[in-house]
Amino acid sequence: MVKPALLYGFYLGAASIIGTQRNIGLNGKPLVSIIGAGMSKFGKHEGLLAREIFGEAASEAFSRCPKLNPKQDIKAMFIGHMGEAYEHQGHTGSTLADWTGLTGIPATRTEAACASSGAALRVGIYATMSGLADVVLVGGVEKMTHRTTSEVTEYLAMASDYPFEQFHGITFPGLFALMATAHMNAYGTTEQQIALAAVKNHYHGSLNPKAHMQKEINLETVMASRYVAWPLKLYDCSLITDGASCIILTKPELASKYTDQPVHIVGSGQASDTIGLYERKSFTSLNATKLAAKTAYKMAKITPKQVNFAEVHDCFTFAELMAYEDLDFCKPGGSGKLIESGKTRLGGQIPINTSGGLKAKGHPVGATGTAQAYEMYLQLTGQAGKRQVKDAEVGLTHNVGGSGATAAVHIFRSAQ
Amino acid sequence: MSTQLPFTIEQFYKFLNQKKLMAGKCQKCGKIHLPPRPLCDNCFSRDFEWISVSGKGKLLTYTVIHIAPAQFQALTPYVVGIIQLENGIKIPGMVQSLKQEQLVIGMELTLDFGTCNTTQQWPQWQRYCFKP
Repeated sequence: MVKPALLYGFYLGAASIIGTQRNIGLNGKPLVSIIGAGMSKFGKHEGLLAREIFGEAASEAFSRCPKLNPKQDIKAMFIGHMGEAYEHQGHTGSTLADWTGLTGIPATRTEAACASSGAALRVGIYATMSGLADVVLVGGVEKMTHRTTSEVTEYLAMASDYPFEQFHGITFPGLFALMATAHMNAYGTTEQQIALAAVKNHYHGSLNPKAHMQKEINLETVMASRYVAWPLKLYDCSLITDGASCIILTKPELASKYTDQPVHIVGSGQASDTIGLYERKSFTSLNATKLAAKTAYKMAKITPKQVNFAEVHDCFTFAELMAYEDLDFCKPGGSGKLIESGKTRLGGQIPINTSGGLKAKGHPVGATGTAQAYEMYLQLTGQAGKRQVKDAEVGLTHNVGGSGATAAVHIFRSAQ
Repeated sequence: MSTQLPFTIEQFYKFLNQKKLMAGKCQKCGKIHLPPRPLCDNCFSRDFEWISVSGKGKLLTYTVIHIAPAQFQALTPYVVGIIQLENGIKIPGMVQSLKQEQLVIGMELTLDFGTCNTTQQWPQWQRYCFKP
């Protein structure tokens, strides 16, 4: 792929646009390189088990890297999967090694709620950089749609504190609603501003043939939908989705052996916070996101302004707004204005969730982290089709577990 | 004697059953833990004493739950909030006897014992809630 000479520069909040800021100063060395990536169609996979859906993702990743001999080259596998309850099936690492034809290699499940495969990616980086495994497959899967909404609500709530949150009837949307209420109270953020994230992400989803929802919606639809946990409404919530995703990592110096179009990961941060939302200093931001982002930016040696596009964890629309602030795309309290400005829409200064995000692409929880990485792979190799970000060179993923007790942030860069 | 009792979440709920709101106080650094913890997250000490805590506090944030897991579905819509007690400790819980229009961040609420229970197999703890 020919890299265009000029890149967008992103000075968010600045009065004028810029145009020619190149990411020349970017000298964060690649930690690992992605040589293949795959994602199943996200949606309702009736009659399929998680392991079978994962086969679709693995097959695509292998086919995108024909020089790779999976049985011979892949030395370890890390799989994000949140819940045994969905299929009465745990032990997902070895299950998926088995069902992708990789039996024999060490395969481990990583669980960090909705950040399970963001964490798998982080562990995959550890494994690759340690020298213990030259080629690693990281991915994630969840099969959810065969369960009732009430069951899924209960299973997802397991990612929050049991004795003081779940036990008192606080649901998962409820936790983000508590944060949204606090944010609205502190900064005057409105339900309409929050709802705009749904409108934008459904537009992006309409451009993604693998998205669960590929239909545009308008603001009125979001605002008229019934409350799930006030102030969050049905259309503020991400989807209950089946899906799988994976990426194949190797050491940067080995990447050229497998592909002439690798995508480099140049920053990785993961952080934790109290399991109970109630014990945190702030309800208007996620400290784990801030800590993970700080680590990742430092490692990548970039500033937030150098990020060309991002996939952020919009499990609820409000979570996307909070992410803008925690990732330093705008100041605390500025996210409502930022989404109103259109800058985070495709064609804007910093398109966010070009895949449709969790909101429209869908949120098969264990698969989400590496599905975000899959979008990075498509965008940074110029294969994102109708939703291609022009001149994309640096992208960021942000994957949150639970109400923010885990956050993983990764920064990706196209091969120069 | 209460100082002999284990510093566990279960014991916290047992106290609630006796209409007592209790917290663990670290004997080394003085940090108050509600819920009690097995080791102080500030200084790692395991030396605590149970202290009585005021149930009066202020509403920090709230939501109204409309979609709930099966065991709570009959209660919907219900209000849950996070309340900051007078000693600075924050705890979540259901807020009862108030309509959504009456809720104001910063309003004073008081912990109420034992009128908020729903049955469940495990754990059979007493639920508290908050009321004006």
